[in-house]
Amino acid sequence: MMNPLKIAKQDARLYMSFMYVTFASLLVGGLMGLLQTLARSGKFTLPFNINYYTILTVHGVILGLVLTTFFIIGFQFALMGKTVGISDKQRKAGWWAFWLMLVGTVMAAVTILVGQANVLYTFYAPLRAHPAFYIGLALVIVGSWVAVFTNFRQLYVWKKANKGQKSPLLAFMVVINMAMWFIASLGVAASVLIQFIPWSLGYAETINVLLSRTLFWYFGHPLVYFWLLPAYMAWYAIIPKIIGGKLFSDSLARMSFILLLMFSIPVGFHHQLTEPGIDPTWKFIQVVLTFMVVIPTLMTAFSIFATFETTGRRLGHKGLFGWFKHLPWKDVRFLAPFIGMVAFIPGGAGGIVNASHQMNSLIHNTIWVTGHFHLTVATTVILTYFGIAYWLVPHLTGRRLTPRLNKLGIIQSIIWTVGMTIMSTAMHIEGLLGGPRRSNFSTYAGGDQVQSWIGYQMAQAVGGTILFIGIVLMVYIFIQLAFFAPRGVEEFPIAEEEVDAEPTPKLLENWYLWIGITIALILFAYTIPVFDILKHSPPGSVPFDWPIGRY
Amino acid sequence: MHLHKFEKVWLIFGMGSLALFLVILGFAAFWKGTHPQSHIETIDPENVEAHDSFKPENLGLREVADGKYIVNIVASAFNYDFGMDADGKPVKKIRVPKGSTVLFQITSKDVVHGFQVAGTNVNMMVEPGHVSRLETEMKNVGEFTVVCNEYCGIAHHQMFATVEVYE
Repeated sequence: MMNPLKIAKQDARLYMSFMYVTFASLLVGGLMGLLQTLARSGKFTLPFNINYYTILTVHGVILGLVLTTFFIIGFQFALMGKTVGISDKQRKAGWWAFWLMLVGTVMAAVTILVGQANVLYTFYAPLRAHPAFYIGLALVIVGSWVAVFTNFRQLYVWKKANKGQKSPLLAFMVVINMAMWFIASLGVAASVLIQFIPWSLGYAETINVLLSRTLFWYFGHPLVYFWLLPAYMAWYAIIPKIIGGKLFSDSLARMSFILLLMFSIPVGFHHQLTEPGIDPTWKFIQVVLTFMVVIPTLMTAFSIFATFETTGRRLGHKGLFGWFKHLPWKDVRFLAPFIGMVAFIPGGAGGIVNASHQMNSLIHNTIWVTGHFHLTVATTVILTYFGIAYWLVPHLTGRRLTPRLNKLGIIQSIIWTVGMTIMSTAMHIEGLLGGPRRSNFSTYAGGDQVQSWIGYQMAQAVGGTILFIGIVLMVYIFIQLAFFAPRGVEEFPIAEEEVDAEPTPKLLENWYLWIGITIALILFAYTIPVFDILKHSPPGSVPFDWPIGRY
Repeated sequence: MHLHKFEKVWLIFGMGSLALFLVILGFAAFWKGTHPQSHIETIDPENVEAHDSFKPENLGLREVADGKYIVNIVASAFNYDFGMDADGKPVKKIRVPKGSTVLFQITSKDVVHGFQVAGTNVNMMVEPGHVSRLETEMKNVGEFTVVCNEYCGIAHHQMFATVEVYE
């Protein structure tokens, strides 16, 4: 294993720029979330005539697309810089990625805030937002592609300089995630560039609604794995070092990432199970493919707990559960991601319900789904990101995570856990009772059923308020770590292999093979149904502006 | 690639459960016919009246055989059109006896909508250009709220109706 490199000041500046946007997004998007839960409790009206769906759109776009993408790209750049290095040219490309994404983000955000894009982050046609919204999104994606190819290039250059050596594990993982992101985002990019932009500008009269939805969900599910894989990187290759252990298995980690690459894309139909225009047999095939990710997930769960136990026993903790008791619970770099891991158990179980061919119809588009992804992305993923930020930010700014900030971080993690347990549980139950997601407060036709939903909406407002306190605290910790914490050296933890570890098979780095299988699976899962969608397409849809308040 | 013995056991158990689970889903879908709705029937969203089911006089609830009903609905922002009652007022509530079989047929004249009879398995996307269709048996007595559960615009939460199942 190579010794990790040092991160130079000018490189740290690039990585930190992504972090500033991440935490600014957290504050803005979190505030929107707070306002939503308050509005939907029925006890508050939004001030200044702000539309509920404007803040809902901001919340989804800023947290789901902006925060995640900026954090991931910044973190992955840091991982690449640390493991394989970055050249001047590559750093310049990194800045291009940053500015393109930022300009796109600002364009889309302003368009939403002035009420010209109340279309939510899924922007389903034929609701039509102002063209600047779609162009902004396209810029974010194009910017991310610059990062994709820069990361590819970084590993390529390293491989050429280190012939015959296996790539550093974290660099390998980054490249897998970026390959997945690139292949997946081609779908949404095609939809935005070929369908939405010409149609929103008036050059195309109509749009094929079902095709646009299919292209969106071809991207929409791998999007969630794009969020998750950086968390897995930390679980596999960083947490073991934090707890004083070694990498469980280099080849197993690589294998699980390869499986995630293959089975995260040909699965979008499980978001479209209740749609009228897709052959149910193809829906079922994609349901089966969706469930294949259970395998790498089980591998991950095993190796994480195996690492915990091996490490604990090696450190001399006796008894059946001594190793568990002695995990570093007071180290927020461990605690926050650990809570994330635990949240993934109910999160994953809920996901199995969602993707099940039939059970899906009980919860489709109910607020159960919102409760589900607030466990997965807004707990598992985000707490792991926070867990990374606690050491990454001071490492980059040349400061230290002080005991006081560590303690605040632990308090933050607990606040988050309490708030999310309340909010997400209330959402799950309300969803099972039929309460819809993505809806402003409404008493509908009245009656007992609706009344039962409103009680849970109050609970969501309570949970949402607690979570917002957690967000403010997290932003405070970030500002401290970025600007005020005492100067010093914070470790960039990367787990090493055991001395007697078995060699990693060369096959695992055969990119042609794995990307080839990925593409073959996508072609298998999508060719015939997309052909059917095109062949059986109804007359296209003209744009609708007035339903979203545009005239 | 070397796998720990316990990990092999764990993975075999996990993959076995997964296979069993998928077989159950597949059996239910292909032998018991519990596929989610998909009929791949298209329609011109600007001229839904051309389809027999969605002519204004055919909207709403109709008993087609003993205990068998069809409900035709046209969705548009922000309304479900169940036709008119005897007084010429728009129907907002339909009533069916317990145990009846009801076929819901719905399409959209404008944007994407949802159609969920909350508390039942009736949950469909409604898309312009497509006909959504689902048959169900109303087994439980009560008032069930019909909600639009896909965002369709800024008054989306005011799009609803009621299905009453009586004894």
